[in-house]
Amino acid sequence: MAFRAALSRELLVLWRSPAEIINPLFFFVMVISLFPLAISPRPETLALIAPGVLWVAALLAVMLSLDGLFRRDQESGVLEQLLTSPVMTVVPVTAKLLAHWLLTGLPLVLVSPVLAHMLQLPDRVLGVVMLSLLLGTPALTVIGAIGSALTVGLNRGGILLAVLVLPLYIPVLIFGAGVIRTAVEGGPVPGVLAILGALLALTASLGPLAVAAGLKISSGN
Amino acid sequence: MVWQTIKRWYHMLGSPRYFHTFSSRVLPWLTPIALITLVTGLVWGLVFAPSDYQQGNSYRIIFIHVPASSGALMGYMALGVSGLVAVVWRMKMAEVMLKAIAPFGAALAAISLITGSLWGKPTWGTYWQWDARMTSMLILLFMYVGVIALQNVIREPRQAARAAGLLAIVGVINVVIVKYSVEWVQTLHQGSTLKLFGESTINPAMKYPLLISMLGMWLLYAVNVLVRARTEVEWRERRSKWVQTLIRKGDQ
Amino acid sequence: MAFESFADFLAMGKHGFYVWSAYGISAFLVITSMVLALRGQGRVRQTLARQQRRAEVDK
Repeated sequence: MAFRAALSRELLVLWRSPAEIINPLFFFVMVISLFPLAISPRPETLALIAPGVLWVAALLAVMLSLDGLFRRDQESGVLEQLLTSPVMTVVPVTAKLLAHWLLTGLPLVLVSPVLAHMLQLPDRVLGVVMLSLLLGTPALTVIGAIGSALTVGLNRGGILLAVLVLPLYIPVLIFGAGVIRTAVEGGPVPGVLAILGALLALTASLGPLAVAAGLKISSGN
Repeated sequence: MVWQTIKRWYHMLGSPRYFHTFSSRVLPWLTPIALITLVTGLVWGLVFAPSDYQQGNSYRIIFIHVPASSGALMGYMALGVSGLVAVVWRMKMAEVMLKAIAPFGAALAAISLITGSLWGKPTWGTYWQWDARMTSMLILLFMYVGVIALQNVIREPRQAARAAGLLAIVGVINVVIVKYSVEWVQTLHQGSTLKLFGESTINPAMKYPLLISMLGMWLLYAVNVLVRARTEVEWRERRSKWVQTLIRKGDQ
Repeated sequence: MAFESFADFLAMGKHGFYVWSAYGISAFLVITSMVLALRGQGRVRQTLARQQRRAEVDK
């Protein structure tokens, strides 16, 4: 019950500031459209770099969207309340992460087939592209949220968050882009998807605990 | 009995003051031992060990490369353990250690990368290969940088240490996953598998100097950590009587 | 001894540049880290001593 209430509250708050939902999406599309211009519009070249480009762009979009994840809660004092409330901190934290992913991560998954097509990936792998991002972006949200929790009180902006979080993103990036590459080359996809799923299970189960611990440390109790 | 001894040690070394007196007694002999061991290992390796029948003399970089790599890896593991103790039990000395362990570990990771690529040029014909070990070490260096950066921006020392501690715990889990994922990427690429050294076929005349320089490097790491930890303890306990007396004595 | 002469030792069988730059850079980094650790300690002690003197003057 507490979870559902927290989830709908978070969704409502995010829904009221549409820029926070739309900007990561535009960022994703814009970054991807830079590559054909910067590297080469040749279809063969694009198809070769497409898995990596899609994944790096998604990774950066998720990471940048997390920069202010807890800042508003901290400024309004909600965070303090949340940390001292009798309900375990993990429940509202999980709700917040889920809400954030539903409104920023999921849209990336939904537009990804269009972008994959524009990057000349064969149509048969578009499903794998979506599936890899569907499993990967929630993991990116949770891992990034740990960094975001550790840097709440600091007015440092994205660079510090990037330095903390990017090394932690590498396994997800490798297997996420790896799934698409495997699919393009016609290799066995399910095994790699299973590894990506395992990474998601690991981050989704332990991540919220780490985020809650990080918030407690940052608020000084 | 054993348990009680461990508990006593934990409490004694957990006390900053006890640590400070303990380390003042250890450092005067640990420092020369570390230096002598390291120099012995390196001189033995550089001057006396036979040259490799395949690589000639370029292999002598191993005597600095492997000690640095192992030190960097162990340092990050120690960072993770200190992080766990600092976050869960809030032990003061673990917080101090988080700050003391990171800088030298980062330096060793950098040394490992630089010497690795200097070894790679004559051996593979290129300074850099995205092979599993070099890539993992690069990411390890990034993670050291993250821990240090986080500690530097948080003003309150206890909070800074615990934040870095949490990051180090997550980082240790990440190190393990990174290693497997980077190896997996290699198989996807089916690129050339490159080895700097054949496994376990190392000649004893090369093995002993390697082991000695490894030990020397670890001891030197310990010296560096002790010096940094003492500094941090003195700063944190600056209002206590014993630090005040210590400063007064040093002042005269 | 694995080398016949000192010049041989420096040459490292054509790989002198790689071996000696590896050792040189490593020595630089290790020594720098050591010096920074010791300097940090010196600085903390200086600051504390200064604070102590100031506190005693105020008394």
